[in-house]
Amino acid sequence: MSPKKRGKKAPERPDGLRRVVITGAGTINALGHDVTTTLAAFRDGRCGIGPLDFRDVDRLSIQIGAQVHPWRAEDYFNRQQILLYDKFTQFALLAAKQAVAQAGLDFQGALGLRSGVVLGTAGGGLNTWDENYRTVYEEGKNRVHPFVVPKLMNNAAASHVSMEYGLRGPAFTVATACASSNHAMGLAFQMIRSGAAQVMLTGGSEAMLCFGGVKAWEGLRVMSKDACRPFSANRNGMVQGEGAGVFVFEDYDNARARGADILAEVVGFAMSSDAQDIVMPSAQGAERAITGALQDAGLNPEDVGYINAHGTGTAANDKTECAAVAHAFGHHADRLMMSSTKAMHGHIIGGTGAVELLACIMALRDGVIAPTIGYQEADPECALDVVPNEARDARVDAVLSNAFAFGGLNAVIALRRV
Amino acid sequence: MTDRIQDRIKAIIAEQAMLEPDQITDESTPQDLGIDSLGLVESIFAIEEEFDISIPFNANEPDKSDFDISTMGTIIAAVERLVAQKAA
Repeated sequence: MSPKKRGKKAPERPDGLRRVVITGAGTINALGHDVTTTLAAFRDGRCGIGPLDFRDVDRLSIQIGAQVHPWRAEDYFNRQQILLYDKFTQFALLAAKQAVAQAGLDFQGALGLRSGVVLGTAGGGLNTWDENYRTVYEEGKNRVHPFVVPKLMNNAAASHVSMEYGLRGPAFTVATACASSNHAMGLAFQMIRSGAAQVMLTGGSEAMLCFGGVKAWEGLRVMSKDACRPFSANRNGMVQGEGAGVFVFEDYDNARARGADILAEVVGFAMSSDAQDIVMPSAQGAERAITGALQDAGLNPEDVGYINAHGTGTAANDKTECAAVAHAFGHHADRLMMSSTKAMHGHIIGGTGAVELLACIMALRDGVIAPTIGYQEADPECALDVVPNEARDARVDAVLSNAFAFGGLNAVIALRRV
Repeated sequence: MTDRIQDRIKAIIAEQAMLEPDQITDESTPQDLGIDSLGLVESIFAIEEEFDISIPFNANEPDKSDFDISTMGTIIAAVERLVAQKAA
């Protein structure tokens, strides 16, 4: 049955589960302050990575990142809001505003009671921690601003989004490092599919680009000093980014009934744990999440045309991920496209899966596959079509988005064209 | 002085590998000693702290780093060079 026919009749699924669609999207990241600019950058293969610009950057050995430039909080928020919102909350609120505007939803009344928000973040208000540790340790002050705790808590962004729109159903934050957004969006999908909620705002946000945030990452020695080159034989590490992506996930019947523009359908989600090592990834764990998402979606491997890779540009992730995909897809692995957009927007850690979902929507809706930029040398351990350096026109019907976090936590989402 | 550097490095590695220092030879590789990638990064940090030096090591391209970690002998030689550079 073609998606169009399904759309017309809007049948209940035989298993009684609800269908889930995306009716709004918003973002802010190093490539742009909205979805249109970000997708244009994906098409053009533009790189958002450059010299980091914040206090004490000269004391870092890693001095590049994908920072949101220009960033003037006062362009978007008033003085009182800036006192209360850490940067990760500011990013989440901006992205949510765009998503809600696109969806055209009003949550006053009964809909608000059946709607919620689940967002991912790894560091939460890390800038707030950083600034206030300076105050008490470096400057020796004994008094801090009263809003430090409400600013830094990991659920601050989800709570402010909930307050802004009157979302009075399930609201919480998921922290699973680099898989936070995918876990958040997967849970939002499950809640609508099961009937527990009608609309969920979901995605993730991260603002870790400050002295303490980058210094902590330096310790692991997995960061690149010059560029992010996923899947390239000469890759030498990840480059951190910042930003947010927020989507409106909505019950399909509801979206159809109000004539909403549907961006894509969320059809499957799976999560797995390697239960093995706190930093080294496992191909088996990743493969179980990929296969699980396909099964949950009722997709055959050959239905998938594109995968947005986790693709961090580290030696370990990229070869492990390629092995997992090759094993999960068998012969079809040689026919599908897989790219990492992290070489453009950086690794946005707990917000990365949300920004990367935009590339999945672009593939389904616009027939444009975002490239893996910075690709220079073929690596026999990453022998898949990674869409090197230039975007490609291609019609795809179903896509996956991979996220494999430190801690061995894997989360894969499947989308389909509507 | 050189011997002392060697002994101090071996003590650090021995602690990481949960071995006695005399079980560590110049030919031992990190793998031989059961030191995984995270253990290696930890050992390098401990060596940096011990000698107040900065070791150029990227876990993504250990072969390309200007710090040869293939055996204990190469690690000791590289640290001795860095300590000498610092003194100069």
